[in-house]
Amino acid sequence: MKVSWSWLSQYVDLDMPPADLAEALTMAGLEVDRVVDRFAFLESVRVGRIQALEAHPRADTLKLCRVDIGERVLTVVCGAPNAVPGMLAPCALPGTEMPDGKILKAGLIRGVASEAMLCSALELGLGPDGSGLMALDPGLTPGAALNRALNLGDPVLEIELTPNRPDCLSIIGVAREAAAIAGRPLILPGTDPPAAGQAIGDHTAVQILAPDHCPRYAASLIFDVAVGPSPAWLQERLRSVGLKPINNVVDVTNFVMLEMGQPLHAFDFDRLEQGRIVVRTAAEGEPFVTLDGKERRLTADTLMICDGRRPVAVGGVMGGLNSEIEGTTTRVLLESACFDPVSIRKTAKRLGLTTEASHRFERGVDPHGTVRALHRAAALMAEVSGGRVIPGHLDAHPRPAPPRRIELDLGAVNRRLGTDLGPDRIRHFLESLQFAVTPAGVERFSVGVPSFRVDVSRPEDLGEEIARRYGYQHIATTYPLIPASGYCPAAAVVQRRHLKRLMAGLGFNEAITYSFVRADSATRLRLGADDARRRQVAILNPLSEEQAVMRTSLIPGLLETAGRNIALNNRDLKLFELGSIYIASTEAGRLPDEPVQLAALWTGLRRPDHWGQSRDARQAACDFYDLKGVLEALLRRLGIEEPAFSALAAPACRYTRPGCTAAVCAGQRRLGLIGQVHPETAGAYDLKQPVFIFELDLDSLSAAMPAAVTSRPIPRFPAIERDATLILARSLESARLVEAVRGLDDPLVEQIRIFDHYEGHPVPAGKKSVSLRITYRSGETTLADEHINPLHQRITGHLLKTFDADLPA
Amino acid sequence: MEPNLEQIRTEAFASLEAVSDAEALQALNVRYLGRKGVLTQFLRHISRLPADQRPEAGQAANRLKRDLEAALAAAAERIEALQAQQDPGIDVSMPGRPAPTGGLHPITLVTEEICQILGRMGFDIAEGPEVETDYYNFEALNIPRDHPARDMQDTFYVSDDIVLRTHTSPSQPRVMEKRRPPVRIIAPGKVYRCDSDLTHTPMFHQVEGLLVDERVSFGDLKGVLTGFVHQMFGPDTGLRFRPSFFPFTEPSAEVDIRCVICRGKGCRVCSQTGWLEVLGSGMVHPAVFENVGYDTSRYTGFAFGMGVERIAMLKYGIDDLRKFFENDLRFLRQF
Repeated sequence: MKVSWSWLSQYVDLDMPPADLAEALTMAGLEVDRVVDRFAFLESVRVGRIQALEAHPRADTLKLCRVDIGERVLTVVCGAPNAVPGMLAPCALPGTEMPDGKILKAGLIRGVASEAMLCSALELGLGPDGSGLMALDPGLTPGAALNRALNLGDPVLEIELTPNRPDCLSIIGVAREAAAIAGRPLILPGTDPPAAGQAIGDHTAVQILAPDHCPRYAASLIFDVAVGPSPAWLQERLRSVGLKPINNVVDVTNFVMLEMGQPLHAFDFDRLEQGRIVVRTAAEGEPFVTLDGKERRLTADTLMICDGRRPVAVGGVMGGLNSEIEGTTTRVLLESACFDPVSIRKTAKRLGLTTEASHRFERGVDPHGTVRALHRAAALMAEVSGGRVIPGHLDAHPRPAPPRRIELDLGAVNRRLGTDLGPDRIRHFLESLQFAVTPAGVERFSVGVPSFRVDVSRPEDLGEEIARRYGYQHIATTYPLIPASGYCPAAAVVQRRHLKRLMAGLGFNEAITYSFVRADSATRLRLGADDARRRQVAILNPLSEEQAVMRTSLIPGLLETAGRNIALNNRDLKLFELGSIYIASTEAGRLPDEPVQLAALWTGLRRPDHWGQSRDARQAACDFYDLKGVLEALLRRLGIEEPAFSALAAPACRYTRPGCTAAVCAGQRRLGLIGQVHPETAGAYDLKQPVFIFELDLDSLSAAMPAAVTSRPIPRFPAIERDATLILARSLESARLVEAVRGLDDPLVEQIRIFDHYEGHPVPAGKKSVSLRITYRSGETTLADEHINPLHQRITGHLLKTFDADLPA
Repeated sequence: MEPNLEQIRTEAFASLEAVSDAEALQALNVRYLGRKGVLTQFLRHISRLPADQRPEAGQAANRLKRDLEAALAAAAERIEALQAQQDPGIDVSMPGRPAPTGGLHPITLVTEEICQILGRMGFDIAEGPEVETDYYNFEALNIPRDHPARDMQDTFYVSDDIVLRTHTSPSQPRVMEKRRPPVRIIAPGKVYRCDSDLTHTPMFHQVEGLLVDERVSFGDLKGVLTGFVHQMFGPDTGLRFRPSFFPFTEPSAEVDIRCVICRGKGCRVCSQTGWLEVLGSGMVHPAVFENVGYDTSRYTGFAFGMGVERIAMLKYGIDDLRKFFENDLRFLRQF
């Protein structure tokens, strides 16, 4: 909403700088984005004196003007017929932002450099004349800035209104707030009714068939209108808030809408069949061409303004081409109506058509201002178009808005705000905003709400008005009473924090990626048809194909992030993300599941390149075991001591590579997955280097984690370690050895660790060598060789037999 | 020849004083205390002395042995210190072997800081779904269908009745339906709006706050949010409460802080106003209480919400919102 100081001053006499008013309005809830002098652009438009004219070498209609702008003389190419030597005219310098938004640049015009531009009044928005250069008073000094030379200045306040304040979608509405702030009277324009009588009834009639959509419809007739340009003052008002004048009839409707907030519409009365108005809903599928020339299909609940036969306007949104005011129009039917906000909003949304009118009707116009605005506009239209208002007016009002009164408990207001305002102050604040206050008992008011304040219906709404007028800054800062009992933070929140910190400590950087992914992400992940992660939550109105569905896995986001980083030459990546995935419910209408997962990705070098290593170590890429080590460390820190990693059979491997994928379990509970990204999936994300990932489900993790950490005694006796190296079938999972030893359940076996693994000469093909280190310890005594050697031999023997293994040659 | 203890002592101490390297020191050790050392031999020799002289000689020899051992140790320390001074050492300017360094996303860091500050003030964390019903996202919050207030938030729809939540505010009715007052919660999380340009990403993060009890006033709202701003942005940060509009609060207030970049002089970040909008807030609208069955004559409360990205941008001087979700490692490593 733009409000020019010049216009605002018509209704309130303000004795304060515009910047101060802007600040005060902002602090009263009408946020002023900025204050711009609409003539400021004239700072770089200079008074120029045409010294001489020469013919343009390549164009007959153009001339080269030598223009004196004080400090120097410019060459300007100009086609204006009235350019003569000695004339003073506005000369816009390069960089000037013209009213049409263009930034002026110096350039070649037909091969001749033009250093500036000589302007017409129209081009500068200073008048309607675009036929030639704007002739300036010969007494002005060449070189002077035009705004100073002509004494032009008009600050325009750009106000960002919240949707609850449609009453301020008008200059008078803003003036009302300004008057309350400044403690000045509000000066309203005259809205006298036309001459008494019912002559209008002889010419036309209004019938409302859809009173729920249109509670009120008023009309006047203005005859003998001569359509033409508006007088300068009217054009100037419209221009001051950035509106383009059109003709005197349309300009009046726009002027009164901006002035009073009531949208109006002018019909060419002679184009209305049967010369009457019928307000009804449309027939389903009915076509209609709006003023913008577009044909629109109507639906059955679209409110239409019709003549005796057909629609002539989409009620409250836009008029129709078939009844538009034209140059030849002489008789005008002027509409001032009140429409149901919801009806208008639905129509505007459906048609994708937001207009100044629909914007106001959606938010709610003053139901008691309908006729005032009609009279104001009719009188003005007659005045500026040489017409006459037909005596009387029509006012169909099937659904009058009931007056609103609110019982206000002053004690409750003060308690809610934390203030101690007396009845007099409260009354003053409300009355300054035109609320009607009547005392209604001890510490109670009965408050009449002015009809334009459609947003006020409860005592709390009045509380806000009081707070606004008092000033939020004057409300004392206090603190709520909060019991010292505190609370236990939710376990899930604590766990997520802990996991993130652990991952960061393990050298991984946290990524946060968009929750929406491409619809084909499930296919890129090679998910099976019956995989739950195929149950995507699709967005009906996505911004792009890349963001069409909610993710059902964290992996696509991480792979995409890896791809983007590698493209930026960040090739060594250790990333993780912790967040929700979204699995659509199998029941329609139910919200999806939103399980939380942790996923990590490692690709590139095992270690940052560093001087203290061999050449091979420097170039070593990370592998499965690097990431597995991270996962083991993470699980250990969570108290999950012995997770099981079991190879996932090839058919179960979707986005990870068969033979290089393991399910991670704690006991019988599956926690997640670790593996190398499947080449097809990697390819889909343009990843050429091997990428390793793991993913864990946080609910499963929580269930697997011990509820509490219990400290164990530190062993008092020393341990003895013994190694065993076995030659086994390559296909045997080494972890089976550990399980076998553990299965013997010998109380002296404390720990079993695989510490070496080898394939190749001299180990025969199809075999591998695996070395175990077993730690023996007793809780009661220091073990001696003679205790342990037989036990270790027995264990080794058991392994050799169980796994058909050999000792190394 | 019979060794003279005094002579041994004099000689030994003189040599020890002169010794300047570890090798010579070790030679001295052997010479006096070694198996064939002078003092060892003397101790053996004692057994050949007449019985009445033995105790005295033995004591004297042992005294000398102790003194010598102490002096040898002292000399060893002296030599080590001397050597340390002359040692060419290692090149300490060489880079250390890299230890793994990961880090948390700035959004996580700022969210946690916000939650910690409010946690200290007694707010518990509550969470809700990101794919949300139209009811909780809008209607329970006094935003009916076909109300212009819906234009304040461009919504992603999943169906007619299901949306991606446009704010963390649905946590308000969700929590209040389950708990009776007093209620003090914060709800951090992701939110979604159908908007993408220089200053908007379709996903971003908010933290919502709600406090409901008997006798909660707008003054209390000012107190809690002033305390929050001072802890988040520094105790000298100026702030102001400005009337605004949210359908679910009445009265509503925007909280502006003095621009942290220009300190109020006016700059690009604050659009020359000197102020930065960081929080929306207000007293809970009675319609919201009615929707959850709270007695509006007994309870009052306030709610607030803030954008985490906005605060993170101010805190870290991040100039482009989109950086948060590009996850460029060079960006992530800065925090």
